[in-house]
Amino acid sequence: MARVIVPVGPQHPALKEPVNFRIIAEGETIVGLELDVSYNHRGIEKAAEQRDFTRVVPLLERICGICSHSHGTAFVKGIEEIMAIAVPPRAEYIRTIIAELERIHSHLLWLGVAAHEIGWNTLFMWTWRDREAVQDILEEISGNRVNYGMNIVGGVRRDITPELNKAALDRLPALEAQIAGYVELLKKQETVLLRFQGVGRLTREQALTYGTVGPTARSSGVEYDIRRDDPYCAYAEVPWDVVTDTHGDVYGKTIVRIGELRESVRIVRYCLEHLPEGDITVKAPRNAPTGHALSRYEAPRGELSHYIRTNGTDKADRLDVRTPTLANWTSVAASLVNQNLADIPVIIAAIDPCLSCTSRLTVLNPQRTSSTEMTWEDLRRRARELNRERERC
Amino acid sequence: MISENRSLSIMINRGLSQRLASWARVKSPWITIFNSGACNACDIEVIACLTPRFDVERFGILVKGTPRHADILVVTGPVTKKQASRLRRIWEQMPEPKYVIAMGACGAGGGVFRGLYHVMESVSSVIPVDVYIGGCPPRPDEIISGVVTCLNLLKEDLDHGGKAWRTTPASAQATEETV
Repeated sequence: MARVIVPVGPQHPALKEPVNFRIIAEGETIVGLELDVSYNHRGIEKAAEQRDFTRVVPLLERICGICSHSHGTAFVKGIEEIMAIAVPPRAEYIRTIIAELERIHSHLLWLGVAAHEIGWNTLFMWTWRDREAVQDILEEISGNRVNYGMNIVGGVRRDITPELNKAALDRLPALEAQIAGYVELLKKQETVLLRFQGVGRLTREQALTYGTVGPTARSSGVEYDIRRDDPYCAYAEVPWDVVTDTHGDVYGKTIVRIGELRESVRIVRYCLEHLPEGDITVKAPRNAPTGHALSRYEAPRGELSHYIRTNGTDKADRLDVRTPTLANWTSVAASLVNQNLADIPVIIAAIDPCLSCTSRLTVLNPQRTSSTEMTWEDLRRRARELNRERERC
Repeated sequence: MISENRSLSIMINRGLSQRLASWARVKSPWITIFNSGACNACDIEVIACLTPRFDVERFGILVKGTPRHADILVVTGPVTKKQASRLRRIWEQMPEPKYVIAMGACGAGGGVFRGLYHVMESVSSVIPVDVYIGGCPPRPDEIISGVVTCLNLLKEDLDHGGKAWRTTPASAQATEETV
């Protein structure tokens, strides 16, 4: 059968963010995928080198609005490691609480989007309704619904007062009941079973080969979670379990995420109940000594790492961000093969792609001896050449 | 004689259909969301507006996938250079009268991304903007207030017979993007 290329994006009803897919199909079956994720590239890594440690945190939070706390925490954690300062336990607990609340809101958001992609908008409305409870807690604690601005080098900017603590704890039982409802729903709801089971399967071997992280890896039976394997914040002190599954398909990814919702509520409750007394910040020096750190963090979508190099000033010499979506993209191309054209949205949504995190520019040239500067015109010419090459073959 | 009658009836109908279209536009504006390189925060807050707590459908607002069906274009983010020509093209596809809402601090002037090497100055350097909503990101209630402001503007424009009565913003002369 003749091959057809279906272009999707950058503006498309099924897309929430700008991305361009070229789906190669034979009839209704997908045989390949090419993608262009560079529409959201803003140049944040470069800008991070020009702002001091206080001003760079708000910028890094805006790498991605859904996992903004992840980026902020990953960065300040690395800087604190280089400065060799110990953050007060109360700040560590508050960071953990915000991180887990963020995970709950992100996973509920994902569940809604996935339901929307299979045409079941009722579930989309339900999960987003329940998500508002989490947004309320976050707003009470941080003053903002999204982009919380909690982190600062040396601690957190806002305390959780006993009243806020009680208000947050009071909201948790209702949330827990809703999550329990989703667990039941996932077992027997026919729409979900038909559209999720056996769709976009990724075997354990494939998950390892493509270097997947987060729920994408855990749903294929890879037990890998930074919170347990390289504990940070308060995770070493909190009782919780890594959620894994062996399905590997969209259904498995849903099971893992809903399981993580329950674990996150458990962590939040434990942290709120066992919040240590004391300060929320220590005074951090203005300049960081020369050094480097690789700061790893389990974002809602998987392992996020910030590589930070400092040179004795109050600015980072180099910041390199590797986001979970970048690690998971290649696995999408593998799990799409031999699937039905109509399942594209849900298979792509299954890794919970976040493109604003992912748009990055890398020029690889191992033989390079001196630094070069590329102008906007150079880049455009390069893009045109690449496009021509692609058209020819 | 017949042809005269017909042309008269067409004229009456045209006036009527115009009024009907205007009425429908104010009562049920259709919007399309375009992410021009945002951090997602504005996007999730816009989508939160559609969900049960905020529910903008009570104002008749529907989200449409294509700009060809939309009255209002909601632009999130600080327009990256790669997205600028796409944004312009999306805007050109919209039917008149078209309205543009720029979301958040980025949409107004780059916000935290101001001056980055792959970011335009603002949305208004690519297309003319009618309403700005401040905040990073704006709360859903602020977004709803912004959309209602846009609807009031639409009504006033209908009374004045076009957008010309407003002082022409400098952005109207925005030149074709060089990208």
